Amino acid sequence: MSRYFVEARNLAKRFSQPGSEPLTVFENVNFGIQKGEFVCIIGHSGCGKSTILNALAGLDQVSDGALIMAGKEIAGPSLERGVVFQNYSLMPWLSALDNVIFGVRARFPQWSKEKIRQHSLDYLHMVGLKGSEARKPSQLSGGMRQRVSIARAFATQPQLLLLDEPFGALDALTRGVIQDELIKVWGETQQTVFMITHDVDEAILLADRILLMTNGPQARIAEAVHIDLPRPRRRDQIIHHPAFYKIRNHLVDFLVNRSKALQGTAPEADGFPTEINPALDLALDALHPGKPSMSPSKESSHG
Amino acid sequence: MASTKLRAGLLSALILLVLLGVWEILCQAPTSNAAAADDEYAQLMGATSQEARVPPPSAVFMHAVSELSQPFYDAGPNDKGIGIQLAHSLYRVLTGYFLAALVAIPVGFVIGMSPLMYRALNPFIQILRPISPLAWMPLALFIIQDSEASAIFVIFICSIWPMLLNTAFGVAGVRRDWINVARTHELSPLRTALTVILPAALPTILTGMRISVGIAWLVIVAAEMLVGGTGIGYYVWNEWNNLDLASVIFSIVMIGVVGMLLDLMLGAVARLVSYQE
Ligand SMILES: Nc1ncnc2c1ncn2[C@@H]1O[C@H](COP(=O)(O)OP(=O)(O)O)[C@@H](O)[C@H]1O
Ligand SMILES: [Mg+2]
Repeated sequence: MSRYFVEARNLAKRFSQPGSEPLTVFENVNFGIQKGEFVCIIGHSGCGKSTILNALAGLDQVSDGALIMAGKEIAGPSLERGVVFQNYSLMPWLSALDNVIFGVRARFPQWSKEKIRQHSLDYLHMVGLKGSEARKPSQLSGGMRQRVSIARAFATQPQLLLLDEPFGALDALTRGVIQDELIKVWGETQQTVFMITHDVDEAILLADRILLMTNGPQARIAEAVHIDLPRPRRRDQIIHHPAFYKIRNHLVDFLVNRSKALQGTAPEADGFPTEINPALDLALDALHPGKPSMSPSKESSHG
Repeated sequence: MASTKLRAGLLSALILLVLLGVWEILCQAPTSNAAAADDEYAQLMGATSQEARVPPPSAVFMHAVSELSQPFYDAGPNDKGIGIQLAHSLYRVLTGYFLAALVAIPVGFVIGMSPLMYRALNPFIQILRPISPLAWMPLALFIIQDSEASAIFVIFICSIWPMLLNTAFGVAGVRRDWINVARTHELSPLRTALTVILPAALPTILTGMRISVGIAWLVIVAAEMLVGGTGIGYYVWNEWNNLDLASVIFSIVMIGVVGMLLDLMLGAVARLVSYQE
């Protein structure tokens, strides 16, 4: 038995190019997600994050390797994997409520009409959309649309929730509010979540673990950073946590320096990313002031 | 806004009044004085030359009032009310039109969803589409052996193309994201077609249906002039043979009014199914 609920083994994506070698977007991609874990993935655009997420959703295929969830290989789309797309993907001819009902009815066809409606209403209210049930997506702001989309995904209660830069198109203030909604809903449901983001602070706020991807082509997931900050987290409080800036600096340093330096380098022997725990390092530093940290962040940060 | 609407309405009324006034003046029956020189000639031509003059709007209006006061009278094969004639035409148009929709929308769906079917059927469509619907008439009369059914067939063949092409276009253009939502929710192909693709494509389909009904109403007049018997097209032609120009003008106006009503109805349906992204 695998120790992970979701596991990616040696994924690669290649595109054949007329007249030259095939283009390898990423290869040797290995990672695991535990049940109930919130995992974020960060990497520069074009390294293949959406491709990996779409492969997890069953909407796209990788050229090599396997994706396994709950012991079974992912072969196509399934109600067990809910997706929140960056552009919301709501049906513009349905009201906010009917968009959620659309998902719930597909997921629980045996339920009565009234039960489906009530369940959908509950989730719509959970994301703070009381009073906007009857409005069409075109009558909602971008933030409200994304909340409907999140409500639809959570209401279908999939085993794995996939979010592709869900807040990428929102302004910073709206993003903050919806991140709070997401934390709340996730806290109530304990879903397993895999989310793409390009926002370091967002990833620290939400994730249990952050996967860091090197630049493409020939990208891979080089590091898995554990975020051992206490929950429930609040954006105004976590910045005061002693480990916050250590984590943040580590992530920024990866994106600025190591994502490029590690591009195309060979992975670890087992192919899995290096596990890093900045908060633990910090605690160990405090215990043994003389000892160097396990984390590679210090050595390579000014290379 | 409201004042623009009001002013446009007033302007329309003014233009109408001017046009009718000019028409009225130009088409006055000649006074005996002016006609004196032609007197002899007129006598030679007989009384009909006076009747064949284009009637002024007042005469058309009087005729319209008398026709519309009993639109459904039926006094033998060549003397029926305008309502009965229009009803016959509408029956043919709607029958042919709905039969065409029944074929065009499902076939358009298939073409829109399958690039293979699109490529396979496209040559047929490209050749059949530019054929004037009336060109089918002799063949239809010979094969179907019935003038009523032939007229319906001609309406069928002319209304099918806009609906077919618009359906295919609308279905092919449904956003990939919505299809992906259907896929991640494991909807069956039929459920996907009915709950995602159809509502997404309906506005485009309705545009096609609106174009079709307009063409069908244009074609029915010509078709009925050819097959005869009943219908507004036949009626116009018959009144022309009778040299009753007031009736001809009155029917022309009625054809316009009915055509506009058909378009308004489909426009209302189109608004119902339209959505804003
Ligand atoms: N048909 C294609 N042919 C060649 N390259 C492609 C094709 N489709 C996508 N790619 C490449 O795949 C890479 C990964 O894309 P994507 O998964 O969207 O990256 P990300 O989400 O990380 O920005 C991109 O660099 C893109 O250029
Ligand atoms: Mg992407």
